[in-house]
Amino acid sequence: MNSTLAILAILDGISYAALVFLVSVGLSLIFGVLRVVNVAHGSLYAFGAYLAATFSLAVAPISPWLTYPALLAASIVIGVVCGGFIERFLLRPLSGQEDVLQLLITFAAFMIMDNLQRLIWGVQPIFAAEPLRLLPNVAVFGVSYTSYQVILLPGVALATLLGLRYFLRRTLSGAVILAVTEDREASTAIGIDAKRVYFVTFVIGASLAALGGALASPTTSLVPGMGADMIVLSFAVAATAGLGQIEGTALTALMIGLTRAFVIYLQPEFEVLVPYLLMVLVLLVRPFGLFGAVQVRKI
Amino acid sequence: MSGRIKPVTAVAIIFFLVSAVAPLFVSSWATLFALILAKGIVVLGIILLLQAGQVSFGHAMFFATGAYTAAFWGKYVGGGDIVLFIALGGITSAVFGLIVGLFVVRYREIFFGMLNLAFSMVLWSLLEKMFHYTNGADGIRVPRPALLGLSFTPETFQYVILYVSLLAAVVAFYGVQRYLESPLGHMLRAIKSNETRLEYLGTSARRVLLIGYMISAFLGGIGGALVAIIQQIATPEFGFWTKSGEFVFIAILGGSAHAFGAFAGAAMFECVRFYAAAHLADTWQLILGVVLIVIILYAPNGLIGLRQRYGQAKQGGH
Amino acid sequence: MASVLLSAKGIKIRFGGVVAADGIDLDVLEGENLAIIGPNGAGKTTFLNISTGYLRPQAGSISFLGQEITAQLPRTITKLGIARAFQIPQLFLDQTVMENMLIAAASRLGSPSGFTALSALPELPEMERLLDLVGVKSYASRKARELPEGQRKLVDIALALALKPRLLLMDEPTSGVASAEKLEIMDILTSALAKEKVTSVFVEHDMDMVERYAHRVAVWNVGKIQKVGTPAEVLADPKVREQVIGI
Repeated sequence: MNSTLAILAILDGISYAALVFLVSVGLSLIFGVLRVVNVAHGSLYAFGAYLAATFSLAVAPISPWLTYPALLAASIVIGVVCGGFIERFLLRPLSGQEDVLQLLITFAAFMIMDNLQRLIWGVQPIFAAEPLRLLPNVAVFGVSYTSYQVILLPGVALATLLGLRYFLRRTLSGAVILAVTEDREASTAIGIDAKRVYFVTFVIGASLAALGGALASPTTSLVPGMGADMIVLSFAVAATAGLGQIEGTALTALMIGLTRAFVIYLQPEFEVLVPYLLMVLVLLVRPFGLFGAVQVRKI
Repeated sequence: MSGRIKPVTAVAIIFFLVSAVAPLFVSSWATLFALILAKGIVVLGIILLLQAGQVSFGHAMFFATGAYTAAFWGKYVGGGDIVLFIALGGITSAVFGLIVGLFVVRYREIFFGMLNLAFSMVLWSLLEKMFHYTNGADGIRVPRPALLGLSFTPETFQYVILYVSLLAAVVAFYGVQRYLESPLGHMLRAIKSNETRLEYLGTSARRVLLIGYMISAFLGGIGGALVAIIQQIATPEFGFWTKSGEFVFIAILGGSAHAFGAFAGAAMFECVRFYAAAHLADTWQLILGVVLIVIILYAPNGLIGLRQRYGQAKQGGH
Repeated sequence: MASVLLSAKGIKIRFGGVVAADGIDLDVLEGENLAIIGPNGAGKTTFLNISTGYLRPQAGSISFLGQEITAQLPRTITKLGIARAFQIPQLFLDQTVMENMLIAAASRLGSPSGFTALSALPELPEMERLLDLVGVKSYASRKARELPEGQRKLVDIALALALKPRLLLMDEPTSGVASAEKLEIMDILTSALAKEKVTSVFVEHDMDMVERYAHRVAVWNVGKIQKVGTPAEVLADPKVREQVIGI
């Protein structure tokens, strides 16, 4: 493997890791607060991607620059509408019930969304690469790459990481979320409205999944099944990091992204195997994930 | 205890009789019922683990193991017999279950579920990507096998496989019921309610769970081999996480309190899919999703819980 | 002199800053009922946890019938003949009382069957007798979940007896039982223990119970044994009266 390929692999890995991080951190955040693995998370990602494509194809004729706000708008719409619906009408009535029912109702949401997605957007691949084409290429150590993927995506991921840290550790709403994560009963006892916290957290987590999808939409063709692939991948990342670990999720996403990118260049048939093999190995040694036990503080 | 389960057993007997007789009148039901019975066998395994309070979100790996055992035999050895496929599928799966089980029985709840998922996704990736051996996503065709040396026409074969599935289902159902009422089965249920006490009685909870896990893998393998024969193909999708979710779905749909829940759930699931696919183009997943939501929200004990719930309401409903 | 059944030597354990055992030496003699008393947090339950392998001591050793059992698994120690009853009853709440008992019986017998019914175990009459002995036979076919706390406590003890132990460790056997019934239960229990030839160690707060039912008393105070003796000796000690009993 020559140095050009190595740089290409690193850049591929970083841009991929940025997207995976956005989705995984949403999943991790939701689990940290609600103790639910949201199986529909991948569908929120797929819906985010499809709606973003629809929006940006609609606004591109007016001005191609409008496609950027379109991506953001799509993720918020999906996060609030779909995420809000799932939390309010599916998960909330089940609070206090067995975990398997909560897990399974998000599985039902996954089935429904997967079906709706095919009904609404069809099964033909959709392309909406306008936002990608609009930004110039940059040269990194002599390798030309789209600045959308090596600057914008990692930038958004980094901003999300810092924003979440700031929100959770420096703001009142964040402190309330952390309090509920650490001790649900005690925080309800001191007057925290746990229902509201759950709702807000779920909507944030869902919006992050949708944002991941929206930002991914210019870089890939949208096909059925993209959501089902993404949920296991993001789950692998979140579980490997330790559910509820934000910084850990970022590092794990980077690690998996880079490993995967190198494997693609060296041994392409093992590409899909990498994250799951890593997950098995890590969980066998550290069931609480790589970063799960190190930081006592969850989230 | 035995007095209370009798109505369910009666329903089970009726169900097995119907699946033996009804397809004689409507030939398209032969395959439908065979699928219901085969999947019911897999879901029996999920119900076993649910007794111990553990949800496997990777059980499709055993289903796929059974299916691919039959497929590999056909591809690399050639020929094959239904009895051989079922036996091999079950045994290979049980051995695989023993190996995976040695790791996963150390964990509980979400960690148990996660590790199962991880193992199953590794298997899925291998099936999908080891194109040279597995034909990748296209899967491997499973040619129609013989039964104890006898070959059949496609028309007869659908009945042959139906009755083989029925026999396997009845035996599995009876065996699982016996197991759940046995000391080992009760110990399995004890893991859910008080693992500490079980250890303080001198019993290894991990060992009890490992035995349950192996049986559950064995059932998964048998079901997988049957489905591969019925559908004449094994694809990586058999081991994908959505398949695992489907099995848990069927268990909760039917009700995990009793072994018959597996077949009640499978019947509902496959019938909705069968008729929705025929009459409402491409919406069966949507309909099943809605059914599942309704069941979880309004009848969390599943279909077989409905009767008990109705009975209780009549008893104590003032 | 009676032989030594359980012997603890120099047991030490601390949790963070709390010293729960600071050099515990104690011999339990065959056939006796030994009471452990002491203020809350003195390390009484910790001693039971160490004796049954639930906790591993940082120093010291425990032997049972001359065999080293320090830091063995609870199930290994159980198999050797030490059973335990808990302060908070540990039952299989979703199963009936009789099923609870039969699971214990099947555990004791080892290599449980996966095919013949639990209710077909030949131990059934024996389990009925034990339930009768502790006075909860009428609950046999009820789910453990449906029992009131006091009755659960008795089933918990019956579960331990079902193991046919040489030594029974009980953590406050009469807490949670209405005080009017305490004497009755302890009468039943001690006569059952004598009849089954089971040695017992029990943690107790009620001095009446200790005086009435213990052959010897060990007084715990801040991780140490302050005094061991007959109930009369211990209760006569002014230091014990002041610091432990509070009179």
